[in-house]
Amino acid sequence: MFDNIGLFVETISKGLLLTVEATLGGIVIATILSFVFGLAMLSRLRLVRAIARIYVEFWRGTSEVVQLLWIYFALPVLIGYQIMPLVAGIVVLGLNFGAYGAEIVRGAVQSVPKAQYEGCIALNLTPAQRMRRVILPQSLVEMVPPFNNLFIQLLKGSALLTMITVHEMTYQAREVLITRHVSQAATIWTIVLLFYLVLAILITFGMRLLELWAGRLVGRKPPQRGLLSALRSRRGRAAAITDAAVAGIGHTSDRSGGDR
Amino acid sequence: MIWDWDYAWEVFPKIVGDGLRTAVVATVLGSLVAYTLGLVLALLRRSPIRVVSGITWAFIEFIRSTPLLVQIFFLFFVLPDIGLTLDPMTTGVIALGLHYATYTAEVYRAGIEAVPPGQWEAATALNLPRRRTWTAVILPQAVPRVLPALGNYTISMLKETPLLLMIGVLEIAGVARQVGSRAFRYVEPVTIAGVLFLVLSLAASLLVRWLERRVRYRN
Repeated sequence: MFDNIGLFVETISKGLLLTVEATLGGIVIATILSFVFGLAMLSRLRLVRAIARIYVEFWRGTSEVVQLLWIYFALPVLIGYQIMPLVAGIVVLGLNFGAYGAEIVRGAVQSVPKAQYEGCIALNLTPAQRMRRVILPQSLVEMVPPFNNLFIQLLKGSALLTMITVHEMTYQAREVLITRHVSQAATIWTIVLLFYLVLAILITFGMRLLELWAGRLVGRKPPQRGLLSALRSRRGRAAAITDAAVAGIGHTSDRSGGDR
Repeated sequence: MIWDWDYAWEVFPKIVGDGLRTAVVATVLGSLVAYTLGLVLALLRRSPIRVVSGITWAFIEFIRSTPLLVQIFFLFFVLPDIGLTLDPMTTGVIALGLHYATYTAEVYRAGIEAVPPGQWEAATALNLPRRRTWTAVILPQAVPRVLPALGNYTISMLKETPLLLMIGVLEIAGVARQVGSRAFRYVEPVTIAGVLFLVLSLAASLLVRWLERRVRYRN
C-alpha cells in the first residue's frame, strides 16, 4: 500500500511551485487592493466610498469558481486572446480576496480609538501624517491576525485553479495520479492535504513574525509565549473580524458572534 | 456580437431551474450538517479529558487549513474504498458540512464563552445536573446569539457549492459551464451564473442582517 509514496510525493511536489506562486501572487495583489479599497471605504468623498463598496460587494458576492470560469472561458471571447491560466488564476485570487481584505483594513482602521484622531488634531498633524504615523501603525497590529486567516483561505482557494488547468498540487493529484492509481486514493489525497497543511503553517509562522514586527512599531513588547503558540493565536479577536469579513456580505457586527 | 440576448434567454431557465435548485438543496443540507456537527465539535473541544479536546483541536485546525476541494475529492474517492458508496450529491453535502462544521464550532465556542460565568454558578447553586445545565441554561443563551454568524457561513457555503461540479454535481456554475460547452459560448451562461450568485448572496446577507437586528433586540 505504501510502496508508491515516493512517486506520489514527487508528482505532487511538481505542483508545489505553482501553488506557491499562485498563493504568493494572490497575496501580493490582494494586500495592495485591501489597502486601496479599505482606505477608500473610509474616504470623505461619497463617490470614492461607493466605488470601493461596489468592488467589495461584487467580488465577494460572485463565487470564486464563477469568476474563474468567467475569466477563463468568457473573457477571451471578449478581448480576443487567451490569458495564461496561472495569470488568470492569480488575478482572480487577488481581486476576490482583496475584497475580503478591504473589509479587514476598514475594520482595523476604524478600531483605532477616537482619542488618537483628536490627539493628532491637537498636535496639528496633517491628515497624511496622521494616517502614516499614528493611525496605520496602530491598525496594522490589529490587521495581521485576520490577514493570516485570509491568506490561508487564499491558499485553499488556489486549489480551485485546477479547474482552469493550472498544474498545481490538486491538479497533479487529480489529473495525473488518481487516473493511474485510483486504488491508492486515500494515500494520495492524504499527502496532498498534508502539503497544504504545511503551507498553511508556514503562512502562520510568517504572519506571526510580521505581528511581532508590527507590535514593535507601536512599542508593544513581544508576548512571552513562543512561536509554537502561533497556531493558536489565530483565534481570539482576530477570528471575529475575519469571520465578519470572510463569511458574509456587508458589515456583520463583531458583536453578534464575537469572541470575547 | 458580444452578447446574444436570444441565447441568453434560452439558457437562463436551465441555469436558474436545475442549477439553483441543486445549489439551494446542497447549501441547506450542508448547513444542517455544519450546524449540528459544529456544536458537537465545540462541546468536544471543551471536554475536560485532554486527549479528547486535543484531538478535536487538531481535527478542526487540519480541516480549516486544507482546501475544501481536496476534501471533496478525498471523500469522493476514499469513501467507496471503505464500503460507503454514496451518490455524489450526498458526498458533496458531507464534505461541505464537515468543512464548515470546523468554522461553526468556533462560532459556538464564542457563543458559549459569552454566557456570563454567573449562569454557570447559578446552575451549580441550584444543583442542576450537567446535562440540564447545558440544555436548559447555557445553550438556550448561547445559540440564538450566534445565529447571524452561522447564517454568514451558510452564505459562504452557497458560494462554494460550485466546487461540487468537480465530482459531477451540477449547480449554478456547473450547469452554466455545461451549457456553455455545448454551444461553445460561455459569455452568457457564466455571466448569468455570476449575476445569480450576486443576487442570492446580497439577498441572503439582508436576511442575516435582519436576523442580527432581531437578536440584538432580544438581548
